[in-house]
Amino acid sequence: MSVPLEHYLAFAAVIFAIGVYGVLVRRNVIAILISIELILNAVNVNLIAFSRFTSVSAETGQIFAVFIITMAAAAVAVGLAIVIALYRIRKTVYADEINLLKW
Amino acid sequence: MDQGLLNLAAIATYLIMGLGVVAALGVVLLRNLFHAALSLAALLVATAAIFITLQADFLAMVQILIYVGAVMTLIIFAIMLTGQIATQQVTQNNKQSFIAFAAMIFFSVVLIFILFQTPWPVHDPAMNDPVTAATLGKSLLGEYVFPFEIISVILIAAMIGAVTIAKKDSE
Repeated sequence: MSVPLEHYLAFAAVIFAIGVYGVLVRRNVIAILISIELILNAVNVNLIAFSRFTSVSAETGQIFAVFIITMAAAAVAVGLAIVIALYRIRKTVYADEINLLKW
Repeated sequence: MDQGLLNLAAIATYLIMGLGVVAALGVVLLRNLFHAALSLAALLVATAAIFITLQADFLAMVQILIYVGAVMTLIIFAIMLTGQIATQQVTQNNKQSFIAFAAMIFFSVVLIFILFQTPWPVHDPAMNDPVTAATLGKSLLGEYVFPFEIISVILIAAMIGAVTIAKKDSE
């Protein structure tokens, strides 16, 4: 009796919902970025679970997940570069205090 | 005895899923940002363990190397450089807490209800060809060579972009 597909999908859905809650609610920009990482990880779990259970060649989902991991790393790198540049100028990392387009 | 081993694997999987959910809640609910980042590292390791239970062992190693190794280091660097770790008098959540919580509860309940009702075309996973690093490498350079090259371009663009944005203006 192994874990059925729906339980993996439910786990991924819960992590996704928690990640979206974090993106909507947190004020600190870095906290928003790490909640985005939660969302991307939930998507990866989903892909690999689907490719294992419903596809004869289980490597399609895994290749897709490799590309998502790569894109997530690139996104977090550029996002954190923006946060650091923003902190250098505005001295704040709270999203609701960064509300002027040009200073 | 075989049934006992399979049950132990299933119990371990559910335990890891529980730990993953607790870690994810820690990421979004903890006040101290550094603790939230460490909780994210715990979730990433739990996700790698879930990958292993899904027979994606190469991907689990890639996840630990890249996510827990490199991305967590980057995040902790950024947290240390911006210095706003834990201030007791500043709220960490904005004004949308309750609506976002209610919306996310509703969303996840509806989604879980739908996915338990859908007849997924599931087949016996023992019929899959085993996926190893060799087969992944062959398809990365065979069928998926185009996204593979594109992602190299994307990585170079991300590197150049991050360096350009974050470097001090030399004046």
